[in-house]
Amino acid sequence: MSTKLKYDVIVVGAGPAGLAAAIVLARAGVRVVVFERGRLPGSKNVMGGVFYSDCMKDIVDEFPGGAPVERHIIDQRIWILDQDSSVGFNHKNELFNQKPYNCHTVFRAKFDRWLAGEAEKAGALIINSTVVKEALVENGKVIGVKTGRPQGEVYANCVIAADGVNSLFAKSLGLRRKIEPEDVAIAVKEVIGLDEQIINDRFNVKSGEGATIEMTGSYFNGEAMAFLYTNKKSVSLGVGMILKDVINNKINPNNLIEHLKRHPSVAPLIEGGQTKEFLAHLIPEGGYKAMPKLVGNGVMIAGDAAMMVDAIHREGSNLAITSGKLAAETYIEVSEQGDFSKKSLSRYVKKLQDSFVLQDLKKYKGVPGLLQTNKDLLLQYPKLLNQAAFEMLNVDGTSKKDKEKLIWKNVKQEIGIGHLGRDLFKLWRNMG
Amino acid sequence: MHALVFIKQVPDASQVRVNYETGTIIREGVPAILNPFEAHAVEEAVRLRSKYGGKVTVLTMGPPQATEALKECLSRGADKAYLLSNRIFAGSDTLATSYALFEGAKKIIELEGEVDLFFAGKQAIDGDTAQTGPGIATRFDIPLVTYLIKLDEVDFEEKRAVATRLTEFGQETLQVPLPAFFTVEETLNELSHSPLPWLIKAARAKFEKLSGENVKLDSEQCGLKHSPTRVKKAFTPEKRQRGETLTGSTEELVFKTSDILMPFLKKDLQHGQND
Ligand SMILES: Cc1cc2nc3c(=O)[nH]c(=O)nc-3n(C[C@H](O)[C@H](O)[C@H](O)COP(=O)(O)OP(=O)(O)OC[C@H]3O[C@@H](n4cnc5c(N)ncnc54)[C@H](O)[C@@H]3O)c2cc1C
Repeated sequence: MSTKLKYDVIVVGAGPAGLAAAIVLARAGVRVVVFERGRLPGSKNVMGGVFYSDCMKDIVDEFPGGAPVERHIIDQRIWILDQDSSVGFNHKNELFNQKPYNCHTVFRAKFDRWLAGEAEKAGALIINSTVVKEALVENGKVIGVKTGRPQGEVYANCVIAADGVNSLFAKSLGLRRKIEPEDVAIAVKEVIGLDEQIINDRFNVKSGEGATIEMTGSYFNGEAMAFLYTNKKSVSLGVGMILKDVINNKINPNNLIEHLKRHPSVAPLIEGGQTKEFLAHLIPEGGYKAMPKLVGNGVMIAGDAAMMVDAIHREGSNLAITSGKLAAETYIEVSEQGDFSKKSLSRYVKKLQDSFVLQDLKKYKGVPGLLQTNKDLLLQYPKLLNQAAFEMLNVDGTSKKDKEKLIWKNVKQEIGIGHLGRDLFKLWRNMG
Repeated sequence: MHALVFIKQVPDASQVRVNYETGTIIREGVPAILNPFEAHAVEEAVRLRSKYGGKVTVLTMGPPQATEALKECLSRGADKAYLLSNRIFAGSDTLATSYALFEGAKKIIELEGEVDLFFAGKQAIDGDTAQTGPGIATRFDIPLVTYLIKLDEVDFEEKRAVATRLTEFGQETLQVPLPAFFTVEETLNELSHSPLPWLIKAARAKFEKLSGENVKLDSEQCGLKHSPTRVKKAFTPEKRQRGETLTGSTEELVFKTSDILMPFLKKDLQHGQND
């Protein structure tokens, strides 16, 4: 047997979290190796995806620079869908048309590969097509990993688990409990090819500029979030639903997207498009309460593996980048003492608490549970909202006063005023 | 033993689609891969090395991006990888390509020593011509075994090999003196799972560069201008019709399918009786 493979840090997973960690470490001269099970970084990754730029400040010199981005987003819309109708809100702002752009749409297959290139330039070693099977543990401390390849054991001072939503690694170490069906959403997404000019016309943007639409409401039978994002020459259409609802309502996720395509507010936007890709992935949406232990002896967990997704604002990749970066900085700090124990690494948790990552996740910690136990919020209210909008806008000889009465009657019938007050209060407490 | 494997980076043909409106190939987003036949060629060479010792060198002609495929060869166990790049190669057909690779290979022999076995895939999945390997063998004036499915015996003392190749009618086993050239089928071997140290070595590897600077190249034999192959006509294959989807209860489906299939089955049965 050849000599023992030993590095300073092993990163499991070449997604945004793992690659950000690798870049920061390698740049500081730390010997780091990244293992990725896909044939190339990004080949297994799925995202809407809107990528927020701010988190890249300390990762690359100038973002986007040479990064493969699609369109910068200047118009963001939210739609509440009922069967044949929608009520919407949008925010378009010229400030979003100024550099540095707030966010861009990206394709993860290209984006991750580019980011991996940056990591290699910084000096990180990226090993593709290699699955990490388990942690090597000695005296209660993680001392390396075992990969699925012959002679596949590798040792390190510290392992950063950035292996995504399923994180078998965190699970195998007992840092994380089994994923519960209410803590993850299953998301399906299609990339639909359309002419650049058609996209510009339909979404009222110029080339390079983009729009996003987030959708929810009673059109879906369960807690669903859907999205339609503009890329250069395609749109990404997707819908995610909490796994528990998928199971309970016996929904076939593939039908969800077909259902979405048929909605009269969505159909004209994608008309004539050709489906280029179809992807499915899990999103950890359990929020703060579903998070695992973030550190152990010789190990830190970052990104989706740590359930760091802010589902309300469709942010995940930026939390992944930031947590990966903070894990790397923690390693660099503690390596001076050479102490990689859980206690020493808990600086990482402190850094996360001081950053938007844990602050945001904490702020919305009640929302996933609230939505699960108060189905009305996503079923009754959207319906009522659409009915109310219709009543107020449809001129049929009824006085506005009578229309208001009718709307209230609907509310009372469907929900009851007391209930409405309580729901609004709960929502305000959890989101405000 | 010294084996030299010629490899090519190709678009993953299984992911290439046709735009039926314009009649062109959609290359966008199609990943580049190592020509699958050549993965087996490298595998065979590496197996020989583990049996007899020696080394495995790989060579590709292509743009700098082709290093991805070279890296894969190193992950699969090759010792050294050479990239032959030059702008004058653009547009080369199989004649010009085999010339360039022949000159590159001669340089490698100069640098790395005599070669006993040359390997290449039976063809590249993006062109399917199966001419480049034979072209190089001809220029070297050495025995050529195409469509190799088994290397039965290699004797470095006697400098000969026994090899089985696939033909249109069956198999053929030949004895050839070494050095010889082999173009290989996928059935030659099963790809093995490379040990981790090989991948790590590949990730760190530097590629050896060959170009007009260190290889003597006759520009009169390179590139589009000196490629006699002409595309006379290109046509779009007919779009495959989408199948019909039958719905209904199991019983209904049984009747519907048998209604569709029966005429064909009857025809077949009649044929059978007439024969
Ligand atoms: C449909 C959808 C839409 C989304 N939209 C957005 C959006 O618009 N904006 C946004 O910010 N976020 C979005 N997200 C969330 C975002 O994709 C994730 O939060 C982000 O990718 C997390 O990054 P990560 O590095 O933690 O994990 P991942 O990106 O999942 O990367 C993990 C990597 O680890 C590898 N891996 C896993 N196990 C192993 C193993 N055992 N050995 C080796 N490698 C392994 C995987 O192959 C993968 O490459 C979306 C997610 C989905 C599914």
